[in-house]
This record gives sequence, C-alpha cells and structure tokens, in this order.
Amino acid sequence: MDWLNILIQGGLLGGLYALFAIGLALSFGIMRLVNIAHGDFIVLSAYIALWAIQATGISTLASLVIVVPLMFAFGYALQRGLLNFTLSGGLLSPLLVTFGISVIIQNVLLQVFGADIRRLHAGAIETASVAFGGIAVGAYPLLVFAVAVIAIAGLQFLFYRTTLGRAFRATSDDAGTAELLGIDNRHLYAMAMAIAMVFTALAGVLMAIRTTFDPAAGPIRLIFAFEAVIIGGLGSLWGMLLGGMVLGIAQAVGAALSPTWQILAGHIAFLIVLVIRPSGLFPHTRD
Amino acid sequence: MAGFRVERSTKESRWFAVVLLLVLLALATLPYWGGPGDMRLVSEMAYYLALAQLWNLLAGYAGLVSVGQQAFVGLGAYAMFYLASQFNIHPLIALALTAPITAAISVPMALTMFRLRGAYFAIGTWVLAETFSLGVSLIEPLGAGSGMSLTPAIMMQIAPDRDGRDLVLYWLSLAIVAAVCAIVYLLLRSRHGLALTAIRDSEVASDSLGVDTFRTKLVIYVVTAACTGVIGGFIFLQKLRLSPEAGFSVNDWTVVVIFMVVIGGIGTLEGPVIGMLVYFGLRELLADYGTWYLILLGAVAVAIMLTAQEGLWGLVARRFNLHLVSVRRHLIR
Repeated sequence: MDWLNILIQGGLLGGLYALFAIGLALSFGIMRLVNIAHGDFIVLSAYIALWAIQATGISTLASLVIVVPLMFAFGYALQRGLLNFTLSGGLLSPLLVTFGISVIIQNVLLQVFGADIRRLHAGAIETASVAFGGIAVGAYPLLVFAVAVIAIAGLQFLFYRTTLGRAFRATSDDAGTAELLGIDNRHLYAMAMAIAMVFTALAGVLMAIRTTFDPAAGPIRLIFAFEAVIIGGLGSLWGMLLGGMVLGIAQAVGAALSPTWQILAGHIAFLIVLVIRPSGLFPHTRD
Repeated sequence: MAGFRVERSTKESRWFAVVLLLVLLALATLPYWGGPGDMRLVSEMAYYLALAQLWNLLAGYAGLVSVGQQAFVGLGAYAMFYLASQFNIHPLIALALTAPITAAISVPMALTMFRLRGAYFAIGTWVLAETFSLGVSLIEPLGAGSGMSLTPAIMMQIAPDRDGRDLVLYWLSLAIVAAVCAIVYLLLRSRHGLALTAIRDSEVASDSLGVDTFRTKLVIYVVTAACTGVIGGFIFLQKLRLSPEAGFSVNDWTVVVIFMVVIGGIGTLEGPVIGMLVYFGLRELLADYGTWYLILLGAVAVAIMLTAQEGLWGLVARRFNLHLVSVRRHLIR
C-alpha cells in the first residue's frame, strides 16, 4: 500500500515536470534552440506572480491572468529581438546567449527580490485531498497533473489541427523550404517562443504553490525539464508526460529511502535511460 | 609545385614565444619582489587560465560544449584528498595520481554523454556533475555532506613551514598552467589538432573525409578530464578544505570559465588569455557591486556572442592579421 502511494504521488509530481519540459521541448523541436535559461524563466514567472499578488492583492491562481500574457509578450520579444540572431551561428551561439541570459536573470532577481526563499499560497486547495479507495491523493497535485494533460492535449491540437501548427511542423522539418513557401520564420520562431513561455509561466506559478523558490532555483528546474524530455524521448508530446512521471516516481522512491536520495534518484533514472535507451522511452524524432 | 613550403610558425609567433618565456620567468621570480597577495592572485589567474584553455579545447575545437567540467574539478580534488588522508600518500604524488584517476572515470562518462547531441550534451554533462556532487555527499569515507580537510601533518610533507608551502604551491600553479597550455598547444599541432580544427569547422564534412570524429572527441574529452582533475586537486590543495558544494560548484569552475573563453575569443589559443585578464580586471574594478557585476558579465557575453562571435581576440586578430600562437599551417612561396 505504501509503495502504491509513492507511485501515485511520484506520478502526479510528473505532471509538474511535464509542464517544465514543454517550454524546453518546444523551442528545441521548432528552432533547434536549447534554452539554458529555461529554468530561470520558470522562476521568473513565479516572481512575476509574486509581484502581481503583492501589488494588486489578487489570488495566486488569478495572477496567471497577468503572468501568462506578460511571459507571452516577453517570449515573443526575446525571440524576435535577440534569439533569432543566434540561430544562424551554429550550436554555440544560442547556447551561450541563453547561458548569459540565465546568469542575468538570476542576478536581477537577486537584486530586486533578495535571496529570501519564497512560496506562493493558494488557500484551501493546497491541503485538500481526494480519497481513491484507501489512498488519499492531494487535490492540488491532481489539479497540476490535470493541467499538464490538458496542456499536452492542447499542444497536440495546436500542432495537428491548426494552420499555425502546420507551419511549426513544416519549419521544424525544413526551415529553408518552409520559408520558400511563404512562411515568415522570424515571426514563427517568435510565436513558438511566446507559446513556450505560456507553458513556462503556467509551470512557474503552479510550481511556486507546491515548492519554495529563490533566485538561484532555475538551474535545477532546467535539469528536471531536460531529464523529462530525454527520458520521454525527443519530439514526443505524450513522451514528455511519461518522462516527467518516470522522473517523478524515481524521485519519490528515492525520497522514500532517504531525503538526500530524492534528486539523486531522478538523475540516476535519467542516466539509466540514457545508457539503455538513448533515444528515450517514446522517441518520435531524431535531431 | 616547387617553391612552396608549409610553415607552422610566423615571425610574430616566434617573437611571442620569447615574450611568453620572459613573462613566465618574471612571474617565477615574483615571490622575491611581490607580496603574498600578489602570489595568491597570480596563482588564481594561473589555474583559471588553465581551466579556460581546457574548456576552450573542448568547446571551441572539439565542439563538446560542456557545462559539467566541475565534475572533474570535484573528482580530482576528492581523489587527491582521499589518497593523501587515507593512504598517507605525499600530497604532490596524490595530485599527480588524480590525472589517471579522473581520466579513467571520464571514459564511461564520455561513452554515455556522447549519446546526447549538441546542446543536450551540455545539460547532460551538468546532470552528471550534479550526480557526482549528490553522490559524494552520501559517501561517509569522503566526509559525506560536510566534506574533508587536509591536516597540518599532511601539509608538512610539502614543506615544514607555511612560507615554504606557499612558495611550492605558487610555483606549482605556474608549472600547471604552463603544462596545460603546452599540452593544448601540442595537441592542436598534432594529427588530432588537424582533425579537431576540421571538426570545429564542419563535423559532417570532416566525418565524410575520413576523420574519426568519435575517437578524436573521446581523446580530447579524456585528456581534458585528466588535466581538469589535476587542476581541481591543486585548487583544493591550496584551500585545504573540500565540500561537495565547493568542489562541484558549477558557478566557480564552469560558468566563470565559459565567460572568460567567450569574451576572449572561443576557438583560439590567445582568446582564453585575454578573457582571463578581462575577467580579473573587471572583478578587481567591480568587486564592490556584487550582483551587478555578474549581470554585466552576462550582458557582455551575450553582446559578444551576438555581435562578435570570435571574441575580443578574434577582432584584434582579424583587424591586424595577427596570430601570436601559431597552430595553423601557412603556405609560403
């Protein structure tokens, strides 16, 4: 019974990791951009929510109305004004530019908000639970998991049922040819980053209710997102969710052994998958 | 085709070799005309330059952009501390032994990480370094979370008094940076160097021309790991105290180093030197501004990547057609 409980809690935690993974996977899938600052964007979103709550007094979940559009605009501007110029220069340029952005964001957050450990509160839902048979499942983790499922279903709809999604897939397959056929890649990439930031914002606020954060909390979120993507398999939408769940379960099992094992167990699960199945558990594309 | 010959050195590179030797000699005599503060600074600059040259070799030439070099700094330091304190091995011999140890550990790491392409390799190496950091903090003989110290008895083996130890460690830092620069230089001038330059310019093209890219990259990764391990051992031999957070710090041993190489000029041997000097210059100037200093450093790195990818040295080299350290082949009539 205890182990079943761990499996369920870990699997639900995977929903949050899948949300972390979406932004990273989108920018890689569409423009081959590995965003080292991704974790810092998650934490930035949490801080914007904190600021919005303090400034206007709205509830935490309602702050999404402010955080999501802001991050959407930020993503568009960042890609159009900065990151697009790195894409022609091979691998190194986008990597090191986002690396620089990561250091800038961490230190700006430190300067503005200080080094205090923060947390957002969402009221009664934080402690509410739902009983399934003999197992009590937290309502909030369940909500986050549901959001992740809806987010991935939404992405699937976007990619396979809309004109924008078709353009994304075309550019992902062959950017040059897509441009010849009239797609404005600069705008399209900016849209992709903007949409990635929507999910990043969502992930940031949902994370901030569940765990604490501080200005230096970004890199470990990048690592979780990355592990979920690689375990799931590059380019696979539902693989991301399953990758997140595998990671979450590994961490939950580790944590059950000893608190120091929690994150280490996640890393080990990632390394095992990398050794046994380097293309991930549910591969879709190869880069 | 008679009348052509291939030259490896240029007039300025021969002059520069002489200048370099003089600088090294001047620095070696520093203990006799400078203070202990100067020695500490030069020694820190020396090991950072060595780390920068190695990261540059890895990222700038072999295309292996690693954010996980702190793994080898930490492993080297732990190997040195463990050998010196558990087996009573002379600390300098223990330091030398870190090279084969980190090299041996790096082989399975490379075989795993090379499965990740391009930028995902970067994050993968970072995860691996984090894994080591967390793993070490669980191992009791390595001091677990609280770390290890080198006792006075161990340090006495280097020299009986503190001034003597400082002197030995100072010269050792110069020897290490000179050796690392020489290794990188000779490696780049060797067959591997030619293969590496080809890989840097186009991996696909060099692959199709018969360059064994996998093997070349593996050699570079292992050599870099061994050298980084020795540097890590040296850094903590100076600090005397080692903890998982300090040994495997991504900020101290990789982020700073990446900034140096990017600002100075990636893919050149002169670049890391310029970048190291700029970094320490900015640090002395802006030390009082704390976080603003790191924000500025990040902004400079972003600006350089966007406008002048070849870095400060690249700008100079292109403007004046200057190559102080020559690893190229020049066709002379």
